[in-house]
Amino acid sequence: MNGEPVIAVEGLTKSFKGKVVVDHVDLSVKRGEIVGFLGPNGSGKTTTIRMICGLLKPDSGSGEVLGYDILTQSDLIKLEVGYMTQRFSFYEDLTIRENLDFVARLYALEPRRDYVDRTLARLGLTNRQNQLAGSLSGGWKQRLALAACVMHEPKLLLLDEPTAGVDPKARREFWDEIHELAAEGLTVLVSTHYMDEAERCHRIVYIAYGKVIARGTVPEVIAGSGLHTIVVRGGDTAAIARRLKGRDGIDQIAPFGNDLHVVGLDPNRLERSVRDAIAGSDAVAEPDATSLEDVFIRLMSQSTDNFANGAGAGHG
Amino acid sequence: MADVAIREPSAPKVARRRAGRFFSWSRVVAVMAKEFIQMRRDRLTFAMIIGVPILQLVLFGYAINTDPKQLPTAVIVADFGPIERAILGAMENSGYFAIDHQVDSEAAARASLARGDVSYVITIPAGFQRALVRGERPQLLVEADATDPTATANALGALNEIVRTALLSETTGPLARLAPGMLPVDVVIHRRYNPEGISSYNIVPGLLGVILTMTTILMTSLALTREAERGTIENLLAMPARPYEIMAGKIIPYIGFGFTQVAVILIAGQLLFDVPMHGSLVLLLGVTLLFIATYVTLGYTISTVARSQMQAMQMTFFIFLPSILLSGFMFPFRGMPDWAQAIGEVIPLTHFLRVVRAIMLKGATAPEIWPNVWPLALFWAAMIAIALLRYRRTLD
Ligand SMILES: Nc1ncnc2c1ncn2[C@@H]1O[C@H](COP(=O)(O)OP(=O)(O)O)[C@@H](O)[C@H]1O
Ligand SMILES: [Mg+2]
Repeated sequence: MNGEPVIAVEGLTKSFKGKVVVDHVDLSVKRGEIVGFLGPNGSGKTTTIRMICGLLKPDSGSGEVLGYDILTQSDLIKLEVGYMTQRFSFYEDLTIRENLDFVARLYALEPRRDYVDRTLARLGLTNRQNQLAGSLSGGWKQRLALAACVMHEPKLLLLDEPTAGVDPKARREFWDEIHELAAEGLTVLVSTHYMDEAERCHRIVYIAYGKVIARGTVPEVIAGSGLHTIVVRGGDTAAIARRLKGRDGIDQIAPFGNDLHVVGLDPNRLERSVRDAIAGSDAVAEPDATSLEDVFIRLMSQSTDNFANGAGAGHG
Repeated sequence: MADVAIREPSAPKVARRRAGRFFSWSRVVAVMAKEFIQMRRDRLTFAMIIGVPILQLVLFGYAINTDPKQLPTAVIVADFGPIERAILGAMENSGYFAIDHQVDSEAAARASLARGDVSYVITIPAGFQRALVRGERPQLLVEADATDPTATANALGALNEIVRTALLSETTGPLARLAPGMLPVDVVIHRRYNPEGISSYNIVPGLLGVILTMTTILMTSLALTREAERGTIENLLAMPARPYEIMAGKIIPYIGFGFTQVAVILIAGQLLFDVPMHGSLVLLLGVTLLFIATYVTLGYTISTVARSQMQAMQMTFFIFLPSILLSGFMFPFRGMPDWAQAIGEVIPLTHFLRVVRAIMLKGATAPEIWPNVWPLALFWAAMIAIALLRYRRTLD
């Protein structure tokens, strides 16, 4: 992919009522990339995205989107960006077609009918075009919202938790669609907290309490965490889990079905502790790849500690 | 890929150039069309357009009786003798008449009455005192602006008594023999513009203004707060519409809405109350357009300030109450204390009521209503400016 930056922002900071919710966030996304923006609820994803598309004014920080200054040229940015809000925010008392007509007129798309027809067809909405948006299920609303934000052929898509509350099949289709769009050269920044969706991104950025605490490809983020995982199978995993708790070198213990994922930073101490805990049972333990979820849980608990310790310290 | 075909190099670029312009009718039409559809789907709104005017017309069928004092009065007096002085003095003492306009021609007096500068014109003809002494029962002509009949009813009722008192104090000496019996002066009262003193003539034009005030402000004051509460504002702001385009798109449908009400009120006023239409309908509709635009914009301004629909409603009523009470709709304007009149002067409805009554009941022409038209235009311009300044382009 060509490396021209589509989003290049630095030091984005925003507080609400004295509380810093986005704290010096740097973000860079290149043309054609799908970048996953991850983090727990309330970590500042929506706020960051809103600053990128000019819906919120950053307290400090600067940058460019599509070569336009985010502080002074948001009118131009809006023309070439498609933003899909976290909460459905089209008109529920308008039909799908009327909503798209509205959007097409706002972007002065001519001939409007062709644009709307094509977009309806592309997202499989043609049969439902006369249904009121308010009567649609979550999956169809999502589709309408995506349709509305790609109709004007933007260069950058900002998707804020586009698949929250959507069934797995619709989610799968949604992601297929996004990959197709990216293949055509569209750049995508998508926030989510589904791990499987993170793995469908070219790169991820992880944010917690307003700070970016990890970024890179999924393998890079996993490697960067320095975590090692041992999977324990068979035997009484619940009893083993109890025995493992608090032992040297054990950071996380999480049951996955009949297995137990045991995670620690030091592979030797981790292995020793697990071996001790399963001694005498018929369980087997073997090293496995660390999952992204384990990494995120680790990152989150770390940043909670930092947040608790460093609260109020602020930035100069 | 499905849309490779639509990525002809120029099509989106052309659209973008068009969309990047500072003003785009397409965007105004987008918002307008959307508002129209939403209005049409909202049964309650629809019922309001037709139902509210008719309900109000019926409810306000009767006026509230009041007794205003100190109404401005012009006098045309040929000779200033003791009798004339006594009569005018007694009129002033009664408290009903404030003789503050000295005019020299009948035409000038009529014009003042038509403009509403004065409520009465009193004419005492030449040779009045001589005729009185000779027992010829000279005429004392009182012309009253009866547009609002309740405003002048009491004064006119007391007129004979006022004249009698005046004569009594003057009828010592040579005039003593005039004192008893029949009033030696023929007090002629001309009720101008509304000779029968029918109060619905006054109420219906008033209601035109009041109903428009209520519905237009209320509807548009929800224009942005509704979008904020439903979350749709986020989308609206993320798309390339500019503040004035959104304002125009949201205001124009409600101007149409207001005009529908005007039709309902005028037709119902004609059918139910036989309200006359002496002036030009085109002129009336023109001023009404300005008035509706002013109030629709006022409502929109409220919606840029209010944080919720509830707040918008409260602000609407905050504006609505003084409009009803101090505009001259509920109480005759001249009957109000000075401070209330001062407030009334900055309420657009006040000026609109004067214009509507002047056109419908007096057949006033454009130059005659101008003094009440420019304040409306000024108010409108101010509202547009405030709305655009207050419009929040971000979610902050
Ligand atoms: N308009 C606002 N006013 C006050 N607080 C806000 C506002 N928007 C967001 N916040 C707060 O900022 C924090 C980050 O929110 P958000 O960016 O929505 O997080 P995320 O999208 O990652 O869930 C939350 O604690 C939220 O309550
Ligand atoms: Mg969010």
